[in-house]
Amino acid sequence: MEKFEAIVVGAGPAGSAAAYGLAKAGVKTLLVERGKAPGQKAMFGGRIYSFPLHAMIPDFAKDCPIERYVTRENMAFLSDDTALSVTFDAPKLGTGAAASFTAYRAKFDAWLAKKAEEAGAMLITGIRVDKVHRQGGKVAGVATNGDVVLADVVIAADGALSQLARSAGLRGDPSPEEYSVGVKETVELPQKVLEERFNLDEKEGAAYVFAGAASASLRGGGFLYTNKATLSLGLVVSSEDLAVTRTEIGTVMDRFRRHPAIARLTKGGKVLEWSAHLVPELGRAMSPRTYDDGFLLAGDAAGFLLNVGYTFRGVDLAIASGMAAAEAITRARTAGGYSAGNLAVYERLLKERQVTTDLETFAQAPFYLKNPRLFSVYPKLLNEIAEKVYTIDGTGQRKLSEVARAEAKAAKVSPVRMLLDLLGGARAM
Amino acid sequence: MAPGPRSIVCIKQVPKAQELQVDPVTNTLKRVGVPSEINPPDRNALEMALQVKDQFGGEVFVLTMGPPVFTSALEEALAMGCDRAFLLTDRILGGSDTVPTAHSLSETIHKIGGYQLIFCGEETTDASTGHVGPGIAGHLDCAQITYCSEVQFLGNRVRGKRSVEDGFETWECPLPCVITANFLSNRPRPPSLSGKIRVKRGGLITTWSCADVGIDPGKVGIRNSPTIVAKVDTVVLPDRKAKIFRGEPKAAVTALLDAMAADGVLSR
Amino acid sequence: MTLPKDKTEYRGVWVFLEARRGRLRDVSRQLLGVARGLAQTRGSDVSGVLPSWNVEPLAREAIEFGADRVYLVEDPRLETYTSRPYAKVMATLIGKHKPEIVLFGASKNGRDLGGRLHAMIETGLAADCVKLEIDADGNLDMIRPSFGEKSLAHILCKQHRQQMASARPNVFPIPPRDPARKGEVVREPVEITDADLDAKVVSFEERRGHKGNPIEDAKILVAGGFGLRDPKNFRLLEDLAKELGGAVAASRKAVDAGWVPKDYQVGQTGRTVRPRVYIAVGISGAVQHLAGMQESEKIVAINLDHNAPMFEICDYGLVGDLFQVVPEMTRQLAERKARRPVPVAAR
Repeated sequence: MEKFEAIVVGAGPAGSAAAYGLAKAGVKTLLVERGKAPGQKAMFGGRIYSFPLHAMIPDFAKDCPIERYVTRENMAFLSDDTALSVTFDAPKLGTGAAASFTAYRAKFDAWLAKKAEEAGAMLITGIRVDKVHRQGGKVAGVATNGDVVLADVVIAADGALSQLARSAGLRGDPSPEEYSVGVKETVELPQKVLEERFNLDEKEGAAYVFAGAASASLRGGGFLYTNKATLSLGLVVSSEDLAVTRTEIGTVMDRFRRHPAIARLTKGGKVLEWSAHLVPELGRAMSPRTYDDGFLLAGDAAGFLLNVGYTFRGVDLAIASGMAAAEAITRARTAGGYSAGNLAVYERLLKERQVTTDLETFAQAPFYLKNPRLFSVYPKLLNEIAEKVYTIDGTGQRKLSEVARAEAKAAKVSPVRMLLDLLGGARAM
Repeated sequence: MAPGPRSIVCIKQVPKAQELQVDPVTNTLKRVGVPSEINPPDRNALEMALQVKDQFGGEVFVLTMGPPVFTSALEEALAMGCDRAFLLTDRILGGSDTVPTAHSLSETIHKIGGYQLIFCGEETTDASTGHVGPGIAGHLDCAQITYCSEVQFLGNRVRGKRSVEDGFETWECPLPCVITANFLSNRPRPPSLSGKIRVKRGGLITTWSCADVGIDPGKVGIRNSPTIVAKVDTVVLPDRKAKIFRGEPKAAVTALLDAMAADGVLSR
Repeated sequence: MTLPKDKTEYRGVWVFLEARRGRLRDVSRQLLGVARGLAQTRGSDVSGVLPSWNVEPLAREAIEFGADRVYLVEDPRLETYTSRPYAKVMATLIGKHKPEIVLFGASKNGRDLGGRLHAMIETGLAADCVKLEIDADGNLDMIRPSFGEKSLAHILCKQHRQQMASARPNVFPIPPRDPARKGEVVREPVEITDADLDAKVVSFEERRGHKGNPIEDAKILVAGGFGLRDPKNFRLLEDLAKELGGAVAASRKAVDAGWVPKDYQVGQTGRTVRPRVYIAVGISGAVQHLAGMQESEKIVAINLDHNAPMFEICDYGLVGDLFQVVPEMTRQLAERKARRPVPVAAR
């Protein structure tokens, strides 16, 4: 029977980072991916915050398949036909450890998995692992169709639905309120057109988030990132809201795509591909435990995903948690074994790498973001206020404060309610 | 019980049939860049051999003849559970029809030696001749059971259930014997994680040239193939401009029947 | 038989005559018609080779269907087809009489025999031909479907002799039988020893023979394929066919799996049908199948896989789960019938 010291399931950012860290530390590691190639099953937006990569591979930028560094952040509130946006222009966002970049996940994941392989991990693709193998009650490997491969410790980095975490009893079955549905399409534009349209230099990129009508006023939001010669355009919408309102995500995406503010940005583009997947929303609330005897969770599988409205974070937390998992294992190894007690250091390492600190800072954000008024009433309200303020048609202009009060009243939101929402937001963010 | 047999399974890598498309401009088949796979009936042959091994022990070797890219087919067969693999690869083999192919495979099987069973798929999906399996038996002057859907190893003999037009014949043959597996006669197992790990560890594939095996260059390749493909005509089916219905079954069926009724297809 | 110096040494068109349980196979009769045409063009004659036991009447029959001569090799050990002794008979006689062309039916036995033989005598063999002609140079132009039958390949065997081909059953017509036709039956002594008998046919299990399903005559056919997953699911098709007043047919995969009798099979190795409506259920549409039904007036495709080739040639397509769709169709058709007033004449 084949035996490894560690088996990492899932060659996404979390799994590859973990396998990389383990292999570097001399741990005999197997990295198993269900897709035919790493990244094949990935879809998410493709915007990556680089700080954990700096820590992991200082010269990563040398061969990492980066499309563009994000130097312009945009946040827009959409009504049905208008948009109110805020732009933050900062070329300095494109350099240093705080830089973020856009990338194709297919290429990025393949690159990271290659790094793990080069470090000495064995990568196997095309095999779906959905069960842990237990010996004497503790995790002792993985099992697929009766075929068992042994390991002293197993890392589940198999994504948001983590079959493995469920088989190990660390998580229950998913319920719709824990997930959002993500869709993404890649729109091709000639590089010159793209750079002119978004006013970008060769390496610069722009990132947009959209609230309000983007998600048909359901909880969620839209995003758009610029790659070299394509745009990643997508939506993340609460699957609970979709179910309750009997709305198809495709219909929402269709409307989003045709919104004047979006149509203008994608005009003349050709849709190259379309994909959908589940995005965990509850963060830490979803997986109270991240380790057990001989077993660790990393990345989306552990719910390490942060959606605070103005940023979606996942890949960076995945990489950081993968590295923390690798370090926890090497420490447990030194301590004499992979018992839950020895692996408990994982939680501290997650904190040190800012994974759980950031998640805890924004721990209330998912619940705050569940407030439906944020997605329906307020974006509309803001647009109506802006419309009144900027419409000068000779009927007389009013003061901004008057307009705001009148519009809030028209929207049937009490000033107290609005104040509470604002305070709630400030606390959560 | 007598020790299990050594089986050698001959496989081929073929273009995926469903990916083959006729170029609308040139009216010829587009083959460049078409993904390839193990010839589907060969998977049934592999499964048949592996089942014999599951039941009686022994070992399963896999053999292919073709360019080095055929290694991926061998790797998949190994990951399914084969013990060793052999790749016969040589430029001089290019363009071989079934006569040199059967010859070269037979010579290679002879060199491997020690075999009791030889398995092939009933035919390949890209050439559809079904001649290579019986051709190998002819060359090796051994028994053959073609179009088999079940095999039973009897120690010093083999029994095969053979599917023919009007029924099923059960043949019993001495060893060695060539068995060709009926397409879809079993459910080929997927590659396993352990199998893929073994492949990754390496050392399971032996690569031979014609010289390594001792194959006479005057017997193989396009120049020593009796048949040639003189030309290929493309068959183009008329476009019926299909109306396609999808979605919730009840509504889709109603829409389909309405359309058929409107076109007068349902009236008698 | 490798490169002959003088190809004119080789003369005559041969047909392997396959006797099956006391009858000549249809494909052998069909080949006698093909061979006649080829022999006429080549200015030669037609010989049949009939290895079996107690089959002299079949030799006579072959002459009536077009053979000028039948080499009859009778031996009790040849009564049932097995590969090695039959290949020995063919190789021996071919070596002795040097025919120019040898034809086999592309039946299971025909291919089993041809494949073994062509490797033994080292000459070309084209499989499963649908057209056989003599080209301008006097070579046999062997035309066969290739690559999933999306094209027809012309195969030539220019330098080697013999030129050998197997022909797809039921593509060529059976020639008219002429009881007055003259020809000779030549008994050929080919020694068959125990050493030639390696395979023993220990049992035979006949396929369930349904004669009560004349699919060629049905106006409406509901055909099932491998997508039905289980023979008992054919009941769904029977229900639908009954509702439509049609019959049930099947693809080769469903027949090969033993789910339904061979009589149900539509396609190039089965029957060719031209109903008013052909409903293909869970049949992906391998071109072998299409060849047997593409001339249907209207084609309806039902399949879960929207990429199934059947959708490319159909008039109506429904992408969906047949296990839901077919019963639903049956139900809705019954409902429609109930709604429609019964014509006065039918009361």
